[in-house]
Amino acid sequence: MSNFNEHHPSKLHGIWALTKRELKKWLKEPIILLMAILQPVLWMGLFGKAMNIGNMFSSSNFGNINIPNLILPGYAVVPQYTSGNVTVPGAVLSPLFQNMFANIGPTAMQGIFGVKDYFSYMAVGMISFIVMFTTMFSGMSIVWDRRLGFLNKVLSTPVSRGAIIFSKVLNASLRSMFQATIILILAVIFGLQVSSTFSVINILGIYAAIFLLCLGLSSVFLALALRSTKWETQMAIVNLINLPLMFASNTFFPISQMPDWIQAIARVNPISYLTDANRQLTVLPLDASSLMVDFAFLGVFAVVFSVIGITLSWRYLTK
Amino acid sequence: MSEEIIKAEGLTKVFNKHLTAVDHVNFSVNHGEVFGFLGPNGAGKTTTINMLITLLKPTEGTASVLGFDIAKQHDDVRNVIGVVPQEYTADEDLTGLENILLCADLYGIPRQIAKERAADLLKLVELTDFKDKKVQTFSGGMRRRLELACGLINRPKVLFLDEPTLGLDVQTRTATWDYIRKLKKEFGMTLFMTTHYLEEADSLCDRVAIIDHGKIVVVGKPEELKHSLGGDIITLSIKDDPDVTEVIRSVENVKDVKKENGSYRIKAEYGEVTAPFVIEALRRKGYSVTKLMLTEPTLNEVYLEYTGKSMRDTEESREAFRAQRMTMRRARA
Repeated sequence: MSNFNEHHPSKLHGIWALTKRELKKWLKEPIILLMAILQPVLWMGLFGKAMNIGNMFSSSNFGNINIPNLILPGYAVVPQYTSGNVTVPGAVLSPLFQNMFANIGPTAMQGIFGVKDYFSYMAVGMISFIVMFTTMFSGMSIVWDRRLGFLNKVLSTPVSRGAIIFSKVLNASLRSMFQATIILILAVIFGLQVSSTFSVINILGIYAAIFLLCLGLSSVFLALALRSTKWETQMAIVNLINLPLMFASNTFFPISQMPDWIQAIARVNPISYLTDANRQLTVLPLDASSLMVDFAFLGVFAVVFSVIGITLSWRYLTK
Repeated sequence: MSEEIIKAEGLTKVFNKHLTAVDHVNFSVNHGEVFGFLGPNGAGKTTTINMLITLLKPTEGTASVLGFDIAKQHDDVRNVIGVVPQEYTADEDLTGLENILLCADLYGIPRQIAKERAADLLKLVELTDFKDKKVQTFSGGMRRRLELACGLINRPKVLFLDEPTLGLDVQTRTATWDYIRKLKKEFGMTLFMTTHYLEEADSLCDRVAIIDHGKIVVVGKPEELKHSLGGDIITLSIKDDPDVTEVIRSVENVKDVKKENGSYRIKAEYGEVTAPFVIEALRRKGYSVTKLMLTEPTLNEVYLEYTGKSMRDTEESREAFRAQRMTMRRARA
């Protein structure tokens, strides 16, 4: 009756089984999904729309400036006049200044941010925001699996240890891609201006970049969580590092405007590279060489940290 | 295949270099038997089971399951064992059936076969009607049965049960015992279980190892262990509490007398015959018996005999054990 278990799980089978479990859990909790999407939408709406940086310098903001009559010494206008003054009425000068200011905003935006409106700039950054939070929670979920005993049960089956880790990574990637798609569609509806070079292939590029960062970041957070039995610890770590990771990057502001020490952090922060890659692929005129740099950095980051994560999981999952 | 399904030699686990949870344990489990580890909380039962199911690496010593070394051939071990853990490990967000199929996937069982087995197992544990309900709606007993079903999906040669009735009420506990008996009968599999319930060990196990402070103090069939104590126990109290040990000792068939908390614990063969003689002997000396109790020895008496303390007393100092248990949990995790 009880014949030997003649089946052996292949690596892929195990990964897929565990990923499917995560995805099922995810789909069964639509509220969590809604929240996960709502959060970046709120940021996009409040931050992206309220921080109308381009408009700060627009003519309408300077239109009310009351330019007084300008009294110039006569010789400055006509050299022959050596005595007396020439009065230039302010009303004549006003439109001239307004015209000048009208171009400052967009020019400054174009020069510093690379796009004409701030909303387009930060909306794309929201993809990085999604990736960061999703990967952090995938780290948290392994702590829960351990606490509830699920992890021990899985560990007592012949499924590969790497598969346990990799299923979490894969799950984070799939979730991020799905949420990023929704966010991009919403952003376009809210007024994101896509560059002229945008095409379907670019979307695949975005997915690839998301996958690479998820691979690296999930591994980092999972490695942090592997030995932890308290989700509070994990929560504290997440709370501590999400802000610096977000703001010491180009997600909200261009790196070039930051002080040197923040620039130094931002240049090694993988979030910056995902954000830049995504901007190249959506709102900026595509620059192949900087896109290559982005992908190279993300690729190296992904490989290094997933190797570390999987090595640690081998070491720590069996004691 | 050898008759010895599980064999442990000098199996030892030391946590954090000083907490010895399991201390040079030797035992073997034969084909088709239900082998129980009996001991109070924190005695090292779960640590032993976790080593056998390859969750923990032994600090010292070896053990094998169906001839596979638990340290070197862990994938082979994992393939032939089923595990029913102490905790409810089923995923609460998934349904009962989804949980079983997930387990099947972890063993690499093809979907079609998995579905057939899942249907059989759900029937066995009487959860067929609830298979599409989320596990979070299940009661404790149902969850335990689901864990049983999950542990059986790969048709294991050995099933490991860690405290299978922990936290269940008496009725559900008895029902769970029936399921376990049914398993043994239907599948002829070998079962290794831990428990701190004496009744459970007594009624389910073919052989019991009593474990205390990480060491096995005695192994044997429950009947033999009880018998080895040499008969029944008569407990009696007398008025005014003078010392009558010698009087009782002089009665025929009385093997031993101990005074405990004002009452006498008398070990005697044929208790029901001996008791009247004891009363008579005391009456003749002018002592009147106020209370008399005759018990056939239980595993608690066995435990008392070998460890010098009552299992129930041990249970009472709960705070100390809870603290120890927390430590062990943390060390294990």
